[in-house]
Amino acid sequence: MGGTDLPLVLEFGGGAELLFDNVKKRQVTLDGSKTWKIKELLGWIRDNLLRERPELFLQNDSVRPGILVLVNDADWELLGELEYELQPNDNVLFISTLHGG
Amino acid sequence: MSTACKSKCGNRAVLKRPKTGDALCKECFFLAFETEIHNTIVENKLFKNGDRVAIAASGGKDSTVLAYVLAHLNRKYNYGLNLVLLSIDEGITGYRDDSLETVKRNRDDYGLPLKILSYEELYGWTMDKIVAQIGRSEALAFKDTTKKVVRGICSKCGFVSSQQPCKACVLLEGLNRGLPKLGIGKKSKGDRMIAQQNKELALKERANLVKNDF
Ligand SMILES: [Zn+2]
Ligand SMILES: [Zn+2]
Repeated sequence: MGGTDLPLVLEFGGGAELLFDNVKKRQVTLDGSKTWKIKELLGWIRDNLLRERPELFLQNDSVRPGILVLVNDADWELLGELEYELQPNDNVLFISTLHGG
Repeated sequence: MSTACKSKCGNRAVLKRPKTGDALCKECFFLAFETEIHNTIVENKLFKNGDRVAIAASGGKDSTVLAYVLAHLNRKYNYGLNLVLLSIDEGITGYRDDSLETVKRNRDDYGLPLKILSYEELYGWTMDKIVAQIGRSEALAFKDTTKKVVRGICSKCGFVSSQQPCKACVLLEGLNRGLPKLGIGKKSKGDRMIAQQNKELALKERANLVKNDF
């Protein structure tokens, strides 16, 4: 065991929290002995946190269109999207915009 | 890894504008977004000083942004508009009363008067009463032949929408072309041109009929 942790804050909003026991914000700790890209985080979320209807959150190995992803308040588009390598204490926010106007 | 704001303000960019591809910080994005809307309003002469303008508010994100931007620009540029939030209460317990709470927050946040018109006032019936009259809501079913809403992806912005293009893109397109659907009783240039053409066609038609009568 390397003894290294990768602590992250995950937030779900705009209705996305409904798929996660209605919890909007949670602290998680991943195995820090390896690197984590967001695409791997998505798999981890699916296996560990997602409670219902995964198709409303994930689609084709990414988030479903209409879900915004912000890392430390910046759009993940600026960071390489799925390829962004997570850093300790990153805040990753998923906002669903699927609830109409 | 971070990208600098394209406006060279020294801040870290937080988003890439879909419209331009520019990486901008929060402040510069707000300024660019609000300035474009202001320019559209001015160039297309959408409003006159003293106009009373109702903002149709559902409590959703689109009308919330609209209410915020109009209230903000009205103050910043002294449009002299008399803005009102207008909401419709269909009388669906647990659905509309939630979103009406959001509209009430819009009222407080942006300092705008709010008028809620209910189905009850308009028609003497709430949706709940209609359902109660027809039968238990569980007993209500759609016929197989009923066309249902299909969730698709907006061809313009890629967001999920049952409409093609989505309402936001229609609104934006309308604003860009100066055909707003925001005001009460506002006639756009396009509407007037169509009305003029229809009138000419009708006159021609009548002239033809008169000619054929002879
Ligand atoms: Zn900036
Ligand atoms: Zn769209």
